[in-house]
Amino acid sequence: MAMPLLEVTDLRTHFHTRNGVVRAVDGVSFRLERAETLGIVGESGSGKSVTGYSLLGLVPTPPGRIESGRAIFDGVDLLHCPPTQARSIRGRRIAMIFQDPMTSLNPYLRIADQLIEPLLIHEKISRAGALARGLAMLEAVGINDAAHRLQSYPHEFSGGMRQRVMIAMALITRPEILIADEPTTALDVTVQAQILELIRNLQQEFHMAVIFITHDLGVVAGLCDRVQVMYAGRIVEAADTRTLFQSPRHPYTKALQRSIPALQEKGRELYTIAGLPPDLSKPITGCPFAPRCEFALDSCRLGDPVLQPVSASQSTSCYRVQRGEI
Amino acid sequence: MPDPILQLTNVKTYFPVETGTVFRRAAGTVKAVDGVSLSVHQGEVLGLVGESGCGKSTLARTILHLVPATAGTVLLGGRNLTAATAGELRAARRDLQMVFQDPYASLNPRMTVFDTLAEPLLVHRTVPAAQVAERVAQLMERVGLSPAQARKYPHEFSGGQRQRVAIARALALEPRVLIADEPVSALDVSIQAQILNLLSRLCREMNLSLLFIAHDLAVVKHISDRVAVMYLGKIVELGPAAEVIERPAHPYTRALVSAIPRPDPEVERGRQRIVLPGDPPSPLHPPAGCAFHPRCPHAREKCRAAVPPLVPAGPGREAACVRLGEI
Repeated sequence: MAMPLLEVTDLRTHFHTRNGVVRAVDGVSFRLERAETLGIVGESGSGKSVTGYSLLGLVPTPPGRIESGRAIFDGVDLLHCPPTQARSIRGRRIAMIFQDPMTSLNPYLRIADQLIEPLLIHEKISRAGALARGLAMLEAVGINDAAHRLQSYPHEFSGGMRQRVMIAMALITRPEILIADEPTTALDVTVQAQILELIRNLQQEFHMAVIFITHDLGVVAGLCDRVQVMYAGRIVEAADTRTLFQSPRHPYTKALQRSIPALQEKGRELYTIAGLPPDLSKPITGCPFAPRCEFALDSCRLGDPVLQPVSASQSTSCYRVQRGEI
Repeated sequence: MPDPILQLTNVKTYFPVETGTVFRRAAGTVKAVDGVSLSVHQGEVLGLVGESGCGKSTLARTILHLVPATAGTVLLGGRNLTAATAGELRAARRDLQMVFQDPYASLNPRMTVFDTLAEPLLVHRTVPAAQVAERVAQLMERVGLSPAQARKYPHEFSGGQRQRVAIARALALEPRVLIADEPVSALDVSIQAQILNLLSRLCREMNLSLLFIAHDLAVVKHISDRVAVMYLGKIVELGPAAEVIERPAHPYTRALVSAIPRPDPEVERGRQRIVLPGDPPSPLHPPAGCAFHPRCPHAREKCRAAVPPLVPAGPGREAACVRLGEI
């Protein structure tokens, strides 16, 4: 097997707060291949965003701290490399876009200045040359009258347009990996459809890998090649998209899928997951989903379940699935 | 059919826009709600969908008289709320209650759940003071909370539990109509399902009418009997929920339905998506004629000429498009 583009092993990111240690990400391992789209799905607090932040060194420290793990990208461990080396990768070879396009642009700077900043930092390029690339990039993300819009300020753009600018800014250095953290959650559905199509097209054009972080299984179904489901800071199931939707194995994935009202008939009671996600500031023994799981046995509350393959394209951390019981 | 419990006739809510700080000049008018007629029957769930800025929340606030209507009438059980005095309005609000989107912002952080739920009972004196505690306990059980948690403050609850408190507060006066403005959009999928089930059950058990406002068509279809689609201050389509969403008539509804990502890779990869160009227009400068025509894939010259009225589009259905028969 060839070297993956990115290989993350046993990533643990904890937050040391007054109320104890919050284990936001607790032993996450995965691989990302060149040009593939990997979805990371989970509910609030499952650790999906912190996973993305950890890779780029964006975890606020303190209170956050990366306790262990490796993230090997092109022979470099992103989690332990010297800051200068991290800077040469972050924003150039791995870029990130965020949920809220309203707050992730600087309101005091013209679009032109923000857009070309990554180029001026990472490449030996003149301002005029950078502006030309910026203009081309704005056109590539579908902004009309781009030459004129370069001189605008963020408040002159709508939400969808701002997210396009964010995407242009992230892709201007032609990164090999784009980490997209809920990029369409703040947008209306018709605008969301535009942005998803844009990401899909640009990905093919630029031949880049995308890590798409979302809570929306619908978005994942249309966009991703593979999906990882996170719960309580761990990956509980990983599979290629088709397999995950057709035959989810982990009880949490199944429950999540059944609780979506997605165009179901009116009147049918929606499936609900009893209880609440666990408090991550308390140590968890056994499977973190066991207290809410309808298949849980006493033995599920022991040990430390790890992700293990159950078929060629699917792995799960559920003890009972691994033993072939459910 | 009996008279509807809530009837809106040609409701308009306009906001003046002014410029200048010392010498204020009128710069225009935002027609947030522009001629909406709707009715909700006893025990019915009417879903109201639309994107941000379409006026759906302003419509909810207008019905409750939290903002005054510029024109039109709102009839609640035959009483005209738009012309009501303050006293009449207070009495009417016993029958008309609201649940807001953000359970983190809509509960008073300094009041315990008990105080929050007891306040409407004490203000409206619907139960003797001695029975307030018992009634609060009933309300909490009704929404699936343990009465033992009555002395807790909002911050001690999760988002879903807070939304249950907000629903209990709205039910305290046993209203006939409940308006819920995006009650599940701030919640996670698994919690969202719990709140949707709760609202459905309450409507059935209490024969409650519900105006359910949301941007998520899947959620709306699940809970509603009928659905109204709003675009730039106007209703563009109205009809039975399943039919409108499975066979949308108006081009805007079609695009909206097509834009929902479905949690099924087979469906997702196979289908043709209608991707609308551009953003919803500014309500300060609405396009002439049909407000949707600049983004509509079926627009013709005549769409610019006049604002299309709602016309019948099948049994129990209406749509506002001049090309209904042609597309």
